[in-house]
Amino acid sequence: MIRDITIGQYYPADSLIHKLDPRTKLVGTIGFIVSVFLFHTFVGYAVATIFLAGMILLSKVPVKFIFKGLKTIFMLLLITIFFNMILTPGEVVWKLGFIKVTNEGLVLAGTMAIRLVYLVIGSSIMTLTTTPNQLTDGLECLLRPLNKLHVPVHDIAMMMSIALRFIPILLEETDKIMKAQIARGADFENGNLIQKAKNMVPLLVPLFISAFRRANDLAMAMEARCYHGGDNRTQMKPLTYKMRDHVAYVVMIAYLAVAIGFRAAGI
Amino acid sequence: MGIIKAFKLGFDYLKYDEDGNVEATQRAVNDVNLDIEAGDFVAVLGHNGSGKSTLAKQMNALLIPSEGTMWVDDMDTAKEPELWKIRQRAGMVFQNPDNQIIGTVVEEDVGFGPENMGVPTDEIWKRVDDSLKKTGMTAYRYQSPNKLSGGQKQRVAIAGVVAMRPSCIVLDEPTAMLDPNGRKEVLEAVSELNKKENVTVILITHYMEEVIHANKVYVMDGGNVVMQGTPREIFSQVETLKKYRLDVPQVTLLAHELHKAGVDIPEGILTKEELVGALCR
Amino acid sequence: MSIELKNVTYTYSQGTAYESHALKDINLVIPDGQFIGVIGHTGSGKSTLIQHFNALIQPTSGQIFYNGENVWAENYNRRALRSEVGLVFQYPEHQLFENTVLADVCFGPMNQGLSKEQAEKEAKKALAHVGVKEENFTKSPFELSGGQKKRVAIAGVLAMNPKILILDEPTAGLDPQGRDDILDQIAALHKMRGITIILVSHSMEDIAKYVERLIVMNHGEMVFDDTPKNVFSHYKELEGMGLAAPQITYIMHALSENGLNVDTTATTVEEARDTILEALKKQKPSLLKKGGNAE
Repeated sequence: MIRDITIGQYYPADSLIHKLDPRTKLVGTIGFIVSVFLFHTFVGYAVATIFLAGMILLSKVPVKFIFKGLKTIFMLLLITIFFNMILTPGEVVWKLGFIKVTNEGLVLAGTMAIRLVYLVIGSSIMTLTTTPNQLTDGLECLLRPLNKLHVPVHDIAMMMSIALRFIPILLEETDKIMKAQIARGADFENGNLIQKAKNMVPLLVPLFISAFRRANDLAMAMEARCYHGGDNRTQMKPLTYKMRDHVAYVVMIAYLAVAIGFRAAGI
Repeated sequence: MGIIKAFKLGFDYLKYDEDGNVEATQRAVNDVNLDIEAGDFVAVLGHNGSGKSTLAKQMNALLIPSEGTMWVDDMDTAKEPELWKIRQRAGMVFQNPDNQIIGTVVEEDVGFGPENMGVPTDEIWKRVDDSLKKTGMTAYRYQSPNKLSGGQKQRVAIAGVVAMRPSCIVLDEPTAMLDPNGRKEVLEAVSELNKKENVTVILITHYMEEVIHANKVYVMDGGNVVMQGTPREIFSQVETLKKYRLDVPQVTLLAHELHKAGVDIPEGILTKEELVGALCR
Repeated sequence: MSIELKNVTYTYSQGTAYESHALKDINLVIPDGQFIGVIGHTGSGKSTLIQHFNALIQPTSGQIFYNGENVWAENYNRRALRSEVGLVFQYPEHQLFENTVLADVCFGPMNQGLSKEQAEKEAKKALAHVGVKEENFTKSPFELSGGQKKRVAIAGVLAMNPKILILDEPTAGLDPQGRDDILDQIAALHKMRGITIILVSHSMEDIAKYVERLIVMNHGEMVFDDTPKNVFSHYKELEGMGLAAPQITYIMHALSENGLNVDTTATTVEEARDTILEALKKQKPSLLKKGGNAE
């Protein structure tokens, strides 16, 4: 279960998508998400699907790997579908007690599900093909104008990058702590909600303590390697747009134009 | 004057009460004098809690002495306004391999130090290539550090320090969390740097086998340097080392036991070959 | 009373590109009262193996029996099994969580359903058996030194009164004295409580000194299951697996090659000393000083 989380994991491969500038990918992902909300008909989603499938193929990341990331939002997905189904007023197609499923509800639930799934897949492609460092470099670069508003952009970017690096480590650690406590008879599965919450204490305390210790160690290691914030810092991989990025922007603009066009035309 | 020099060095950890006043002090390092020559391979031995890590962190200005003075390359760590100058000269490798790698790709991590120092991009790449080669990690440069073994992670950490072109490397128990193969890997990388690149090495450890090749060994106990000398001088005092919660390599111990049992054999034997030589003359 | 593994195989990420065998067809019986060592380089499958012993991992195929009962049978009580087969992991930081040492050690017995008083009784007994002083009972486990933390972690499992105690690298990160203290304590437990000990270690010297049976893992397979002396006589093969024999083994072979008639199966310093003295008496009495004695 824990191993299934793919968000924030980098999948090394040599593909066009991997080579794109992270800024291109960030802007592209935002563009794609916008398009998913612009489309509202079957034809529109077909276009989005083709676009997404194309990106997956270009990225050379195994499809299985991308879909694994969906497992984590499965519950959220079910809840969304359920509430959209029963809470949307309209033509009733099925009824049980006070629960009414409407035609409009089914359509809305389907739309929401597609949007949610595409949103996750779209952003997974970005995180799977971009190392967290590149990603934060990209974000830092795109958000640099905010520096003028005294937003500490560099620091935020650094924090994000470190958080991303430690997610897999902490997940693995969670696994180990769980096993150590299960070996002492801990029970993480049974009991009511309150009991379950209480049973988490033996897991959470060691996890937090370890996280703080790691943070402390890491801060020291960074200082030891001369880290002193973003001032006078150079970059090993400075961001420069290449030909392929310009092409990608053109493709993206064309795709968005289609989305806007469809919306305007009501398709 | 040596590259790292300490004079009457003392360090206190302070414990604060709820109002932020000093409640108690704990002496971690006491009256330590060091003079480490450029190019040396120095080992600092001591049991857990003997003050050896606290001493190491002062060599890198991560801790500033409470008493006395520490000089790194003639810079007083307490007075130098630009601490990163000191940190560049005396690079540091820590115990836990996971908690010191910042990058998510090996080569990016190696480039982290030079980036912080403001080294131009082309030069960073040169240094990264060079450091990966010197630590034998070139084949892993595009990998995620999470996929590496403990020994490999420590070599990445060493490469990260080497890329800062330090004149000395302080390694604070770099092998404590590794298996025997990982330990060997790290030690080989370190002694290679010492021999080929003439980098001064200060190795903090409690594994006795690791200090045999050092030029000089300091033994710490209760914050004080209690013994110093060549490995042979140190290891010939088996009983004293035991008093400081340390032991000696098994070959040294065996020679010591034989000596005690009345065999005409010198103390302080460090290798299998020496023992064979002494017994099969 | 025993653990028995029959054709146990464990495969990671079955059916994916990452598929790899962590264990391959392991057959093994662990009878009562033995002191067993498990060695193997990192990734050899030894951690996976020990987690099968207390049903933390379910084998991909094969069976595991405890006292003749299949532990993965439908209605088998695996929680009860885990208090019979105690497992202490490498890092005490992964299990310590309570405010005081005593409360932490009580966690296991309380999970077994004991009352607070009974649990404390068991906890105090276990703490005493691993050599934690009473003045430390009320301290926070996080204030303790590495060696003390490790003891508390072992007590946390011991308090459940296991019949079998598995320890995953209990000496990692400890200084030499701390290492010897813990191992002596474990050996004393073995004698005092008569429980089976399974010790995973990287240190061949420790293994040679303490265990009576040695299991060697390599690439998920069990390559040796014999007395340490017999296993270490295959030291060239061990090297091929990224392992080594104790230093003493190498010394004895070197001495023997140079004409000293010593017993090359000696693995501890004491054994080596005795056989060398024996050989010197016969071959080179001139090296023995007057007044020295063989003790």
